[in-house]
Amino acid sequence: MASRDDIKFLSNPKIGNKKKKYCRFRKFGIKHIDYKDPDFLIQFINEQGKILPRRITGNSLKYQRKVAVAVKRARHLAFLPYVTDLLK
Amino acid sequence: MRHYEVTFIVDPVLSADEIKSTASVYQDMITDEGAKIIHSDEMGLKQLAYTINKRSSGIYYCVEYSTDSTELNAKLELALRRDERIMRFLVIHLDKYAIQYNADKRSGKIGKAKRTIEKAKAAEAKAKAAKTKYVAPASASKGNSSKPAPKPKVESVAAQSVATAATTTTASAEEE
Repeated sequence: MASRDDIKFLSNPKIGNKKKKYCRFRKFGIKHIDYKDPDFLIQFINEQGKILPRRITGNSLKYQRKVAVAVKRARHLAFLPYVTDLLK
Repeated sequence: MRHYEVTFIVDPVLSADEIKSTASVYQDMITDEGAKIIHSDEMGLKQLAYTINKRSSGIYYCVEYSTDSTELNAKLELALRRDERIMRFLVIHLDKYAIQYNADKRSGKIGKAKRTIEKAKAAEAKAKAAKTKYVAPASASKGNSSKPAPKPKVESVAAQSVATAATTTTASAEEE
């Protein structure tokens, strides 16, 4: 009969110990999000150029709003596309 | 004084002289209205993320200025809108964090490399937190000479900030 150690990896060991998401702006103390820096903003949009939800990025509400504003400004100045495909 | 930043894209088809003169027209306009240009950055020819007026690239300019005048921004926007050499523009108001960010970027604290940006920002924020932390007890315990420890730190921080950039110190003075 299989002991408890043998059957350990029959199920996904990652289930149960989810890594907690965090707001990188709060964690690293970033106070301002530059709209002229598309390389940074690209982390907050998906491959179609849509802004990712907080559910996925883990941003706090305050900084998610700032990210959204920065992305929209960057789109206006053609640093980022409004609509696209295969951005990443 | 309120700080603003105008970013505009100049048509790349124009000759180099015309592009320069276009940019200087708006810089002159800002100074003529009594505003102070803090920094003017020519970001150069960049590829646009999508075509504007059938052009796929543009020359970016970014001018940071501070003014008390309420009419300047309206005037500037109207002029930019009427000018057909300008493809796009954006005038925004800068908050204190944005001013700090721009000053740090100019003094080279925030690098252009992709991965170092976050680290630099974190370091900047830490330095800022330290600054506010040390200044507060010093001002509180001015008459109290029993705590000599925080004072030299304050001086070092102040000297550092003076050394970094004159604009930074003026900006922080205005905030206070």
